[in-house]
Amino acid sequence: MNVTLDQLVGHGIILTSVEDVLQWGRKSAIWPMIFGLACCAIEMMGMVAPRFDVARFGAEVFRGTPRQSDLIIIAGRLSVKMAPVLRRLYEQMPEPKWVLAMGACASCGGVFNNYAIVQGADKVVPVDIYVPGCPPSPDAVIFGLMELQKKIQAQRPLSQPVA
Amino acid sequence: MFLIELFRGMGITLRHFFEKTITIQYPEQRRPLYDRTRWRHILRRHENGLERCIGCSLCAGSCPVHCIRVVAAENTDADRHSPGERYAKIYEINMLRCIFCGYCQDACPTGAIVLRKDFELARDHRSKFLYTKDLLLEPKPAHIPAPQPVEMAASMHG
Repeated sequence: MNVTLDQLVGHGIILTSVEDVLQWGRKSAIWPMIFGLACCAIEMMGMVAPRFDVARFGAEVFRGTPRQSDLIIIAGRLSVKMAPVLRRLYEQMPEPKWVLAMGACASCGGVFNNYAIVQGADKVVPVDIYVPGCPPSPDAVIFGLMELQKKIQAQRPLSQPVA
Repeated sequence: MFLIELFRGMGITLRHFFEKTITIQYPEQRRPLYDRTRWRHILRRHENGLERCIGCSLCAGSCPVHCIRVVAAENTDADRHSPGERYAKIYEINMLRCIFCGYCQDACPTGAIVLRKDFELARDHRSKFLYTKDLLLEPKPAHIPAPQPVEMAASMHG
């Protein structure tokens, strides 16, 4: 066997397994930030409550500070005044970080097609998963979280930079 | 005194400990949804495979967020889609902006657009939320009944 470590790394044999475990760890402990903007936050609370129990996905530890959170759930309409605050909070979160736009308003403005509401949070921060609904029921948000877990598992942070 | 209160309090905790758990193990186990639950739209067909939608755009007019776009076209005998004069050539719903209020369902004169129970709609890109007609339309029924000869009514025989 004259295969060097560099060649193995180059072929991705070692890195792939390490990355799989790393991403498994990341997806199994997504700590969201307490960031409820409107009525969707009520469903977000329902998602944490025992009936839906998002702790089964390792995402029950809602953090009060962006410095300890991995995920920001934009739950509700994002007003123009709140947009710079959201951007600042997003920039304070440590990498790797993900954004989940919950509901019609956070995703694209919803019913509020007017001057006061940002028409989609993706005009301010990069959104990973959009969950439609007004508001989406807790199980719909959990489905969005599962989609996010799939996305995280597919990411390859060591062999290619996080997008 | 203090200890009695403490044990009484712990007793309440202990009682709740033996209660039946109410957690729904979501991906494996679904909670029952009511019959009139409003989630993803479906464009229905008649029993003979023709589309119910007649392209009247009443759903688009009643939509409070203007997320439906209907472009109608004329039916011809060679190219027949719906029983009426017109059919929806383009039928698009922006599922991201939709608030699932069900006004389109109420407005539809032929019962073509209905909201059903499929709530698993989360995707990772905006472009995946434009639901076109081929996504919304119900598949054709497997067995389309052949047109039957109609007996003339007894009163018509004279």
